[in-house]
Amino acid sequence: MADQIFHVFRGDAKGGDLTEYIVPPMEGMVVLDAIHYIQAHFDGTLACRWNCKAAKCGSCSAEINGKPRLMCKTRVDEFGGAPITVRPIKVFPLLKDLVTDVSWNYRVNKEIPPFTPSAEDARAQAWRMTPVDVERLFEFRKCIECFLCQDVCHVLREHGGTNRYYGPRFMVRIAALEMHPKDTLTRTDLLAGKGGIGYCNITKCCEEVCPEGIHITDNAIIPLKERTADDHFDPWRALLRRFGGRKEPRGT
Amino acid sequence: MADWYDERQYDVLIVGAGGAGLRAAIAAADGGVSVGLVCKSLLGKAHTVMAEGGIAAALGNVDPEDNWEVHFGDTMRGGQMINDYRMVEIFAREAPERVYELEHWGGLFDRTPDGRILQRPFGAHSYRRLCHVGDRTGLEMIRTLQDKAIHSGIDVNMEVTLTRLLKDGDRIAGAFGYIRETGRFVVFRAKAVVLATGGWGKLYKVTSNSWECTGDGCAMAYEAGAELMDMEMVQFHPTGMVWPPGVRGILVTEAVRGEGGILRNSEGERFMERYDPVKKDLSSRDVVARSIYKEVQAGRGTPHGGAWLDISHLGAANIKKKLPSMWEQFHKLADIDITKSPMEVAPTIHYVMGGVRVEAGTGQTTVPGLFAAGEVAAGLHGANRLGGNSLSDLIVFGKRAGEHAAHYVKGVSGVPRIDDAQADEERRLLRRPFEAEGRENPYTVHEELQAVMAEHAGIARTGDGLRQGLDKVLALQVRAEHLHAGGSMLFNPGWHECRDVRFMLTLAEAIFRCAIERAESRGSHWRLDFPDQNPEWGKKNMVAVREHGRMAIRTRAVPQVPPELAKLVQGQTVVKSVR
Repeated sequence: MADQIFHVFRGDAKGGDLTEYIVPPMEGMVVLDAIHYIQAHFDGTLACRWNCKAAKCGSCSAEINGKPRLMCKTRVDEFGGAPITVRPIKVFPLLKDLVTDVSWNYRVNKEIPPFTPSAEDARAQAWRMTPVDVERLFEFRKCIECFLCQDVCHVLREHGGTNRYYGPRFMVRIAALEMHPKDTLTRTDLLAGKGGIGYCNITKCCEEVCPEGIHITDNAIIPLKERTADDHFDPWRALLRRFGGRKEPRGT
Repeated sequence: MADWYDERQYDVLIVGAGGAGLRAAIAAADGGVSVGLVCKSLLGKAHTVMAEGGIAAALGNVDPEDNWEVHFGDTMRGGQMINDYRMVEIFAREAPERVYELEHWGGLFDRTPDGRILQRPFGAHSYRRLCHVGDRTGLEMIRTLQDKAIHSGIDVNMEVTLTRLLKDGDRIAGAFGYIRETGRFVVFRAKAVVLATGGWGKLYKVTSNSWECTGDGCAMAYEAGAELMDMEMVQFHPTGMVWPPGVRGILVTEAVRGEGGILRNSEGERFMERYDPVKKDLSSRDVVARSIYKEVQAGRGTPHGGAWLDISHLGAANIKKKLPSMWEQFHKLADIDITKSPMEVAPTIHYVMGGVRVEAGTGQTTVPGLFAAGEVAAGLHGANRLGGNSLSDLIVFGKRAGEHAAHYVKGVSGVPRIDDAQADEERRLLRRPFEAEGRENPYTVHEELQAVMAEHAGIARTGDGLRQGLDKVLALQVRAEHLHAGGSMLFNPGWHECRDVRFMLTLAEAIFRCAIERAESRGSHWRLDFPDQNPEWGKKNMVAVREHGRMAIRTRAVPQVPPELAKLVQGQTVVKSVR
């Protein structure tokens, strides 16, 4: 195996450029290994986030040869020896090198009304929930918050839409709450308003980059769009809900 | 207040945002005091996220015979009886309630057909006891606690590195560190501090731990005068990935064996039948790790020095349902399809049983106002932790530490005084690597420390080897006085590594000093020169404490188990579900 050339973005909010590093090969090497090698041997100031190095924490998101990916899960050998470019994710403001300011996501998450069971359920100790009701939510709960879906969402990326749309990550989060068998709240007002679900035009780019393989558009966004449409454009159902009290059962 | 640092003030400061820290923050906020939470990384990325197999709690959903008493017995036997039985009792009794609480906060677990929380078998647990969701239980726990915590009125400080506890006389006054995003120093003024900073697996090269696991909390507690206990007890998880080199050490969950996975040597023999005919592959972690080590030493290892772990008989559909991230991990990182081929595995540093000595019910350390919970605290697991007991440890003792910290601050009059001299001393220590005379690369010193730990404080230890290791660590401590870093304080990993290395060298010294003294084999501490358990040592816990600027080693009596609990630990654990 030959040495591997990396072009890594170095810089901060004021600007920056790609710097070339030559890293000796190692069998099974991932891009994050190379970044660590650069830190230890060439320049300890190279900033990047990482934690688990096993695709479970979602910290090491970057754009590798232009594609949003996890550095810990991207094998160097798949590029066949060609130079590998590593840039920070574009959608969030740059702090330094490969580190961006993702705090907006945490503010959005706080705006979402949390899981709220009924008073009766809150008093009970052990709950019964059927496997099928629970298992369909596992897909959403797999999300590791790498924010790659946010990075690639064209509403956020190309149209500066962080004040209009919460982005795919939080559609997944809201879907997990809305479809939870013990949750009593309805969040379609939020989705229609500040959540901005109408801005998503289902290009499915988010699904393509999800390292957990979550069907973000098909299983989270489209059902939420349907619910939002029902609640906001079907007055008969809206009335039923208002007087029915309980959350009505939904098809999706 | 000086102008060279930012200042934030809370009643209770929680350091660490994994399971224990988040649970402590929720509990402290429930206590009606102001709470600040410090995350070393982003919120939700702490090492708890890596936990895979499950949460041990005797719900008895699958095996109705299970109860807290059996869990108590299993945990004491697993810890080889140097656990603090009072902690074990609280733990075994309260774990079920804490698990149900997670569910009430929106957490979702795998279900039994009749809709209750499903439980799986695990090493050295008598019954099927681990509440789980596939092999990503830690992610479910941290996300549930995170989403609960942010609505509890706490203040979250992300990507902040703390390096020193501040004191007002004997009691805690806060903590000092820096904010990576701004490159500014920061003082947190607090009446109580809860350490929930996890372990220090990064002392070792082959580890399942992340970059965060450098033992900051334990080292800060030691420097603040707290007693450390059982530091010689470091857990090797029997099954880490071995090949390719880049993935060496990454965890292969015990749930693989819980779901029926079988360990074999290069001759195809199911060797665990020989080492533990009763529990076999589901023996305790210390026993399985040692058995793999012995097989490799005897020339029956795999090509890269491990054992084969085979789960292919479970069938592709079941494997992908019960162990999805294992399938993905081997497929993506090692080009192996575990539905068809065995995994190559070898022991990897996973957990530390030792840590800061705490009072059983409250998490109070020996420093007034300083509390500790989770992996950083010692006492619950003794000489060896059972799989799954860590996640329940976090929520049981996280809650208690948060509650008691809140209770404690209500009795504290006035705001503790911050001594700028302490902060200034730490500032000078932190800035030293930027100054001209430093010449040592922190990464190099760290690598050398890892080599020392592997050679002298691994699975098999000897008195001579440990003494040599201690000498090498003391020499590295001298070199670490001269670490060098370039750049600024803004998001600078190399500079960050300088303080990490100093913390790790302190903890390495404690590991060696305690391991030298414990002249017996017990749990994870295996001495080739003292291969048997010694009942006299079974009555003692090792303690390390700073006295006059040096590390002193003492022993403390293991709390004696009262007769009504002692009968629960008689006999040996029989894992009922072993195939």
